[in-house]
Amino acid sequence: MEKTKSIIKVSIKNIISNKLRSSLTMLGLIIGIISVILLVGIGSGATTNVTSEVKSLGTGTLTVTINSNADATLEYSQMDEILEINNVESVAPYKNVSGTVSRGTTTSKRASILATTPQYMSIMNLTISDGRLLSNIDLNNYSKICLIGSDLAESLFEGTKTKDIVGQSLKIEGDNYTIVGILTSAGSSMGNNIDTTLIIPFTTAKYLKGDTSISNLYVKVADEKYIDRTTTLIENYISSTLSISTDYFTVSSQDSMLDTMSNISNTLSLLLGGIAGISLIVGGIGVMNVMLVSVTERTKEIGIRKALGAKRMDILVQFLVESLMLCVLGGTIGVGLGLGIGKILQTFGFNFSATSGIVIISFASSALIGVVFGIFPAYKASKLNPIDALRTD
Amino acid sequence: MIKLKNINKSFVLGGETIKALDNVSFNVEKGEFVSIIGPSGSGKSTLMNILGLLDVADSGEYILDDIKIKDASDNKLSEIRNKKIGFVFQNFNLLTKMNAVENVQVPLMYRGEKHDKSIKTAYEYLAKVGLKGREKHLPSQLSGGQQQRVAIARALAGNPEIILADEPTGALDSKTSREVMELLQELNEEGQTIILITHDINVAKQAKRIVKIADGKLYEGEVI
Repeated sequence: MEKTKSIIKVSIKNIISNKLRSSLTMLGLIIGIISVILLVGIGSGATTNVTSEVKSLGTGTLTVTINSNADATLEYSQMDEILEINNVESVAPYKNVSGTVSRGTTTSKRASILATTPQYMSIMNLTISDGRLLSNIDLNNYSKICLIGSDLAESLFEGTKTKDIVGQSLKIEGDNYTIVGILTSAGSSMGNNIDTTLIIPFTTAKYLKGDTSISNLYVKVADEKYIDRTTTLIENYISSTLSISTDYFTVSSQDSMLDTMSNISNTLSLLLGGIAGISLIVGGIGVMNVMLVSVTERTKEIGIRKALGAKRMDILVQFLVESLMLCVLGGTIGVGLGLGIGKILQTFGFNFSATSGIVIISFASSALIGVVFGIFPAYKASKLNPIDALRTD
Repeated sequence: MIKLKNINKSFVLGGETIKALDNVSFNVEKGEFVSIIGPSGSGKSTLMNILGLLDVADSGEYILDDIKIKDASDNKLSEIRNKKIGFVFQNFNLLTKMNAVENVQVPLMYRGEKHDKSIKTAYEYLAKVGLKGREKHLPSQLSGGQQQRVAIARALAGNPEIILADEPTGALDSKTSREVMELLQELNEEGQTIILITHDINVAKQAKRIVKIADGKLYEGEVI
């Protein structure tokens, strides 16, 4: 034990006395560890982001998608039939409509028009900052009213207070619509930016080159436990009552979406981690290279040590500890820098999340690299014949 | 204490087999100061390597302090070297990045001695060889004679059975050579067994017993 302690001291001393070489050797590994931390961190950041968005819909929600080329259609009038399906609490059809939104001479280029029902707003957790929500009366009357997102409101009514915007009108495809409410800013979610969205009653879409057939529908179930059974019931309804062939529609729960999405982003993380892993291996080869040179350079030292009583194991340990130290030190610096750069990236809006798992894996893999790539040079050193070693200069 | 019996060792050099040691038998008793003298190529380095357990004979028997060397493993050889043999080389063979004390500590370290204790021992032996005050000097900051003194202190620190000195004055001028030889003689007077290998008859003469080696054969007591 006393001997091992002394040998470790010798190793540390040697690393310190070769500062430039030691730091250059570590650099390769540091870069490798930084890339592992960053790439995996960004990968898992994306995963967390996607899953939290999907989760924000709530797990008790089913998404029904019907292909627009389907052989039959689901009409708005048939919503009641879906509501009668066991365990269905509410339904929210929605439809993206195209149209130009303008006010006076100002035309909004970014506005996306969403035709839907009051239920959609509650399923998506949309709230208003001013005015009122959609009501069933709007739907029944095909009212030309709308709710607008905060960014859209700002671009059309520059400088006007939101409560003063309520009651004003704007033009969609040249037709006048009264603004009844302003949506609370919620940012972008699932590819839709609610702040640039304009919501109109689902039925009103018929004025805007739209029909009232439904291709997208959220279904909220009363009891999540029976969500699979409800899924089957809805599928049966669509395929048998509406006679839409199964190729043309899907009914999926948030859980299955969550699975798919996390599958995708896990694959992404793995891929990124794999690429970073390659750079780690390259770093490891660098360590091995330097250690081999170091063994050749210190052949005489090894000879002297052996003559003075060093056993094979003592020499092996000395060189192995040296490469292990280099790698662990490089790993520590790499983890530190990686987390630091990650934090900086976060301030630039990247989704970076480094788990303690990846930090531990980084440390462990740098130690592993130290051993794996250090063992061959160390073994080579330990096998040197003392006479030959003493003879070299 | 040292018994060599019918030792043979040959090398293959450029397809030719060279007999470096030819049926060598040789005994050294405790407290002796023996010099082995021979020209280069006589086999004296090979003999030194075998005596120092850095090499193993092809055939014959070597008994060091009742241990049969032939049966010893590589690790066992390291251990015996560490405990029983102190080397003094022609070119000192100090570890260049370590100071005098650390160099003297090396054999003690491989023995598993505690750091504090080995420092104390190292200081003692450095003082004994006349290097008091230069303990923290690196080899590059010491003269040749001083470096050889560090090497002698290192050889002594492990309290070895024998000191094997291979041309210890070969790299030194005549004045320092004399000083180093005087140091070795002093040590021998204190009871230290010393085997000195040299090609220089004037150095060899300072030992109590001279053995000549030529073409791999030993000749006792014949001085050229």
